[in-house]
Amino acid sequence: MSEMRRVTAICNGTVIDHIPAGHALQVIRMLRIDTNRSNPVSLVMNVPSDKMGRKDVLKIEDLELNQEELDRLALISPHASVAIIRNYGVAEKRVVELADELVNVARCTFSNCITQNDREPLPQKLRVVSRDPIEIRCYYCGKGQSMEAIVENVL
Amino acid sequence: MSDVVTMDDLSNEEILSILDDSERLVPVARGDVHLPLLQGKVLANMFYENSTRTRMSFETAMKRLGGSVLNFTSVGTSVAKGETLYDTMQMVEGYADIAVIRHPRQGAAQYSADAVDIPVLNAGDGAGNHPTQTMLDLFTIREAHGTIEGLNVVLVGDLRYGRTVHSLSHALIRFGAKLTLVSPEALSMPDEIVSDLRSAGAEVFETSDLGDAVPDADVIYMTRIQKERFPDEDEYAKVAGIYMLDANDMHGAKDGMIVMHPLPRVGELHPSLDSTPNARYFQQAFNGVPTRMALLCRGLGVTIPKEVNT
Ligand SMILES: Nc1ncnc2c1ncn2[C@@H]1O[C@H](COP(=O)(O)OP(=O)(O)O)[C@@H](O)[C@H]1O
Ligand SMILES: [Mg+2]
Ligand SMILES: [Zn+2]
Repeated sequence: MSEMRRVTAICNGTVIDHIPAGHALQVIRMLRIDTNRSNPVSLVMNVPSDKMGRKDVLKIEDLELNQEELDRLALISPHASVAIIRNYGVAEKRVVELADELVNVARCTFSNCITQNDREPLPQKLRVVSRDPIEIRCYYCGKGQSMEAIVENVL
Repeated sequence: MSDVVTMDDLSNEEILSILDDSERLVPVARGDVHLPLLQGKVLANMFYENSTRTRMSFETAMKRLGGSVLNFTSVGTSVAKGETLYDTMQMVEGYADIAVIRHPRQGAAQYSADAVDIPVLNAGDGAGNHPTQTMLDLFTIREAHGTIEGLNVVLVGDLRYGRTVHSLSHALIRFGAKLTLVSPEALSMPDEIVSDLRSAGAEVFETSDLGDAVPDADVIYMTRIQKERFPDEDEYAKVAGIYMLDANDMHGAKDGMIVMHPLPRVGELHPSLDSTPNARYFQQAFNGVPTRMALLCRGLGVTIPKEVNT
């Protein structure tokens, strides 16, 4: 089955499909492809999807997502499909799976957490307490972290 | 592994075995039996926040078992000069075999435990947890009722910022107690904890009326509304003094109901209560000694003999 491509084919890179509609910008932020990168990125929002009604799709050129980036993606979009494109073809599919612990992905937002002191050297750690519905807490202080707060405080 | 940061660090089996150990250590805690199990060991008492009972009971627990204690305060030390907790812990690891830490910041105990290899016992982290207090609370409840299972435990007062009730509620439901949470709306149990308790299948009832909860209670656990945890004076004034018990309130209670309090009290327990058979808070404060002895021994990998001779 061929689907009409809304953006041109990319030669090398990653396609992230089945992002919940409207969440592509959060994914970009989580993956930090909005800062310190020059990869061309194409974004499709709110397109019809058989599986999910509407969805977002991201195509990032010349970047193959690594495990850490897949973990970050899993936070926003645990059901996304990831295809690695090489020479215009799908070379590999990567599984998006939310890890139990997220190290240095985002900082805890609780104002009285020990990690608020920037000079403390141990890593920021978040714990995934539940997946459906998703519930995330700071490993140190135990305070719940909303998804908006995580995106806002991404490292 | 031998850290105790939250009650999750101890299995139910371990909790019961620590309570049994504590029971055998009572004569040692009283000073009636000499048992130098921790001779040559050094405890670092790291108090970044004030404490009377917790600091003193750890100190006496260590000393009665023949160990020694380094007392640390954050005032006028390298910490006041801006030393990180990580660096301070590195130093402590060089000087002591085990550390007890109290810190105003939540998560500080887990952070310290991760920073060093020596065992770390959480003696209170902000409004987080206070598991060694929970051990003495469980000890006190079991001492009075012979069991924890099936008891109706009423937790009263500042459930939001009161770290003792955070650790205690987790532990109680693991042993099949029923919980009644009594607090004003503004001081209700944090969402994370209520969600944990409910998803563990616990019976949890929330109310703001203490009077309703007294007749069915097996344990009433009062807490102080902690002024220092309030953002402003007005908010504190609204809720200060809303829950009080006196000797007369005991008439409507079940036989054998006990009143506990982590102390200090500021007015929530009238002195008339002290001479009733229900009052257990001073006994509870003493129970900190044998339970902390048992926790120190566990942390240091020292086995308590099956018979402690009197
Ligand atoms: N060269 C390419 N450039 C851009 N997008 C591509 C390219 N090849 C495949 N895709 C997109 O990558 C996703 C995964 O590809 P494919 O495995 O063919 O689809 P599906 O998993 O939906 O059957 C689809 O959204 C597809 O449109
Ligand atoms: Mg450690
Ligand atoms: Zn935190």
